[in-house]
Amino acid sequence: MTALLEVSNLSRVYEVRRGAWPFGRQATLHAVDGVSFELPAGRTLGLVGESGCGKTTTAKLVLGLVPVTGGEVRIGGESLPAAGTPSWRALRRRMQMVYQDPLGALDRRLSVGRQVMEPLAIHDIGKPAERLDKALAMLDAVGLAQHHFDRFPHELSGGQRQRIVLARALMLDPQLLVCDEPISALDVSIQAQVVNLLLALQQKLGLAYLFISHDLRMVRQVSHEVAVMYLGRIVEQGDPDRLFATPAHPYTQALVSAIPTHARAKRQRVVLPGEPPNPVDRPAGCAFHPRCRHATTRCRVEAPALRILADGRRAACHNAEQIA
Amino acid sequence: MLRYLAGRLLRAILTIFLVIAFVFFVLHLSGDPAMMILSADAPPEAIKAFREAWGLDRPVWEQFLAYLFHALQGDFGNSMRDGRPAMQLVLERVPSTLAITVPAFALKLLIGIPAGIYAALHRNSLADRLTMMISVAGFTVPSFVLALVLVLVFSVQLGWLPSAGSDKPTSAILPIVTLGVAGAAILARFTRSAMLEVLGQPYIRAASAKGLQWRKVVVEHALPNAAIPTTTIVGFMVGTLIAGAVVVESVFAWPGIGRLLVSAVSNRDLAVVQAILLLVATTMVTANIIVDFVYGWLDPRLRRGGTRGR
Amino acid sequence: MRALHGIDLEVRRGEALGLVGESGCGKSVTWLAALGLLGSRARVGGAVRLEGRDLVGTPVAELERVRGRHIAMIFQDPSSSLNPVHRIGRQLGEALKLHRGLDGGAAEAEARRLLDRVHIADAQRRLGDYPHELSGGMNQRVMIAMALAGQPDLLVADEPTTALDATVQAQILELLGEIRRDSGMALVLISHDLGVVAENTDRVCVMYAGRIVEDAPIDTVFEAPAHPYTKGLLAALPELDGARRVLTPIAGVVPEPWNLPKGCSFAPRCDRRVDACEAAPPLPTLREADHRVACIRA
Repeated sequence: MTALLEVSNLSRVYEVRRGAWPFGRQATLHAVDGVSFELPAGRTLGLVGESGCGKTTTAKLVLGLVPVTGGEVRIGGESLPAAGTPSWRALRRRMQMVYQDPLGALDRRLSVGRQVMEPLAIHDIGKPAERLDKALAMLDAVGLAQHHFDRFPHELSGGQRQRIVLARALMLDPQLLVCDEPISALDVSIQAQVVNLLLALQQKLGLAYLFISHDLRMVRQVSHEVAVMYLGRIVEQGDPDRLFATPAHPYTQALVSAIPTHARAKRQRVVLPGEPPNPVDRPAGCAFHPRCRHATTRCRVEAPALRILADGRRAACHNAEQIA
Repeated sequence: MLRYLAGRLLRAILTIFLVIAFVFFVLHLSGDPAMMILSADAPPEAIKAFREAWGLDRPVWEQFLAYLFHALQGDFGNSMRDGRPAMQLVLERVPSTLAITVPAFALKLLIGIPAGIYAALHRNSLADRLTMMISVAGFTVPSFVLALVLVLVFSVQLGWLPSAGSDKPTSAILPIVTLGVAGAAILARFTRSAMLEVLGQPYIRAASAKGLQWRKVVVEHALPNAAIPTTTIVGFMVGTLIAGAVVVESVFAWPGIGRLLVSAVSNRDLAVVQAILLLVATTMVTANIIVDFVYGWLDPRLRRGGTRGR
Repeated sequence: MRALHGIDLEVRRGEALGLVGESGCGKSVTWLAALGLLGSRARVGGAVRLEGRDLVGTPVAELERVRGRHIAMIFQDPSSSLNPVHRIGRQLGEALKLHRGLDGGAAEAEARRLLDRVHIADAQRRLGDYPHELSGGMNQRVMIAMALAGQPDLLVADEPTTALDATVQAQILELLGEIRRDSGMALVLISHDLGVVAENTDRVCVMYAGRIVEDAPIDTVFEAPAHPYTKGLLAALPELDGARRVLTPIAGVVPEPWNLPKGCSFAPRCDRRVDACEAAPPLPTLREADHRVACIRA
């Protein structure tokens, strides 16, 4: 069986200028650099990493919102057509995006109901009465009441707005939802509501999620598989429970240990030196070596490939076995 | 830096060239100077001779090339009316115009900026509302209406100031006030909103939290930041020093560029109109370049723009 | 609109206190109010005593002497908390002149020392940089250095790491802890993240809708929380290890500040609500010597 979403060797390069405008010279920014993964129908892949690691660019590449520089995205075995073409539009119905800021994703001047029905109108699906029925059913499915139909986005809370965004995304019966930090803007007590909703919808509708977040705990909560990105590449990938309990890559170790928790107050933390470098200045060899306390000479010259370890997960580290 | 300057200069020259070309074609396609200068009932031979003398019988593009060729050598043609070099005629009027626009500019800065700052610092106070009401009035009332009101009060009623002309030193006062008040109103509004924007920024609160006196927070943290957007409008005002007084000069019969422009246009004195617009375009473009450099000086983010920040 | 409804709070010398709550609960406003930073349109009642001296209603000039010198603050968005048009060195120098009367070479030497103190490499060069030339984490270090310039007794850190990446957040929290250990300065850490507070403070006040609902030592809050809101927050948070469990969200939403229920503000969302909860806001009561809860059902 082929996976719903197959991404192979995906790359995206930006030409940028370094330094002040008249003097700077062109430089190449590898936002996403050879990323591959598969996402079967009805499953969730969590994508984690810090700002600038390329997780949002990956999301946009998957949807065709940004043209790829290299590699391929396949949906249900078909290669993703060029953005804007009719075949892309048809395929886009099967994949929808949910953003971090629900207010920004909604039109302030349109009522909730109009916005939820809009995708059907755009794709010219169904009669107005059918659209209305479906919208009302969808509001119910995301836990909103009928009276929300005539409200406007600013009259609702953050959690309710994100529910509307979800309802709108689900109107076209997609198979894949790309969620880019879908709960980061929400209050703690509301995050759990939305996460539970996402899980329930997946059960009911068999949706696949590409779930992007910096919140490792939430990612573990929702994901069947997790990929950790650093400077445009996947450095570790595998089962969430195992990956977060015993991270193999030194970067994942640092990321996990950076999460403040009550339990950890007694434990020693790995504090990384420095900050993620600018992607334009990607270090030679393993991109992580300048901040890695296990780095060897080999790490400085040879970039490690993502390879399968004994326990079945993948890690891009020369010394994964020694430091585990 | 040199490359930047060269690029800037090239763009400036291109802008001026486009203005010249546009004005040239519009003027040459929109009416016959011969009729205006000689009057419509002049004998056909006279009109023909006039046209030949000024090269008006040749194709427009040929006239344009000839004009460009001469302009590059500093010859901007002669006035069709009195035969003197057009540019000289125009330049003679510059001091007279500057005599009212420069003091008016000073007036705008001296009233507009402090009023805007004061209003912003005392937001929603009586003074703020009053300032903004006057300011709205200041730029909704057309300048000729304001001019007429001023004349009515200070010349006709009170008899303190001359209503027109340029023969007495006091003649300049009403034109200056008319120009200055409208500009000050616009500037006050811009300054106020720039200041309000800045006062809402986190670094203002952080500076207060640091223990800095409010006065110092305003002077050292708010003003330098509010100066950045305000520069745009001030720069625009510098650009209008030459040609911003057309209406006012006409109302007060002030012998400046504005009045020359009005009469040259109605007379179809092409070379003079061209010369004025060339001068206007040059001032505007120069003012823009100055604004760009002031920006760089005020805002370090533009000075050393890098790839920082994603 | 009323943002706070009677906050009673005590920070002891050298203590690290956490202030936890969701957006709009008043955790930041509390401190802005205490320092008179809310502007002229805000009305602040009650008393804020600093070493016995009341700050509410004192003249601004007096408050200005407290700000930065006795109580310093750092904020959520470090990059916009620094003035974009002034160099780092100048902004540090301003604080040093203000609080320590340092000028010229002495100020520069001290500024350099402070940047070293917050582990900014190449301090001399950084003094000549503008905030936009530094990363968010670096700017927060500069803000901390600036706070240290006044040698304050108390540092109020308002969501200091919310805008930063996880590994940078760890660095900044580590730095705050280190400075506190070395200087004996008290710390108030405001955060929406219970984990952040847990790791870095001794005691935590949980706030909801403008009130403190629970005030207890950090271990008590995690191991024996008493207020239903605190319990709800903990149940809504997933863990990073152990078996995955279904999260129990808190139903409903935080009430609007202008539309608070008459009784306990949390009652409409509370699964232990009884009629009495809706009569009047519950008063904080002591359960143990160091554990205060505002709930009649706790």
